[in-house]
Amino acid sequence: MIFEEIKSKLKKCTVGIAGAGGLGSNCAVALARVGIGKLVISDFDIVNESNLNRQYFFRDQLGQKKVHALKENIAGINPEVKIITNDTKLNENNIVEIYKDCDVIVEAFDLAEMKKMLIETFLSELPEKKIVLGLGMAGYGKNNLIKFRQSENLYICGDEESEIADDNPPLAPRVGIVANMQANTVLEILLSNK
Amino acid sequence: MKITLNNRLESLEQKQVTISELLAMKKYTFKMLVIKVNGTLVKKDSYDTFEINDGDNVTVLHLVSGG
Repeated sequence: MIFEEIKSKLKKCTVGIAGAGGLGSNCAVALARVGIGKLVISDFDIVNESNLNRQYFFRDQLGQKKVHALKENIAGINPEVKIITNDTKLNENNIVEIYKDCDVIVEAFDLAEMKKMLIETFLSELPEKKIVLGLGMAGYGKNNLIKFRQSENLYICGDEESEIADDNPPLAPRVGIVANMQANTVLEILLSNK
Repeated sequence: MKITLNNRLESLEQKQVTISELLAMKKYTFKMLVIKVNGTLVKKDSYDTFEINDGDNVTVLHLVSGG
């Protein structure tokens, strides 16, 4: 497929981004660069100095809502991407409504409990929805551990074991690898069935 | 019996096991899991009673924080 063809297919697609931290901000930017039509981005948090070690924000955006800062950054890269933002906290009662019309959902939360909430809610209420998970990317090095597998409509990116801790922080390179694996998986899904 | 566990074929001596027994057998000690059997979510409160049979396809996801 030539790039123009890829772009014209992606332009018709909507991707949900659940969480605009290390995974979500980098994945959204990658999808925007290749010309995705629409992104639905949720995050209740604001940009903190500690986020700048891996998240796609700038120093002059400290204190802004992440969803607004990310919308601004994406507009600076590809203004044709339509962006819907939601700055409320996602939970089992609102997440299906917010993401049910997306072609694919990218799970980009930091906390394991939130990842579990998203997966269980969609498996229970909308199991046909395709979900791309980011699981295990703390620390540095260990390129060979990062992998991909599919289980029905769940697409799993990451090493599935490296958990964040004070002595195992999430850092730009490994978080970026998994965020881009998620974006790459989204493309594979969208370009294979349209 | 033979089951598929995380995309790998596994042979077990038992004819039937509960999810809790399978987790103990495979030494899954993680606290936060999502488990699917034949594509359907099985919640934690059913791990002691839900039986896995020959031919079942079991997916165990270990949820780790980070993102």
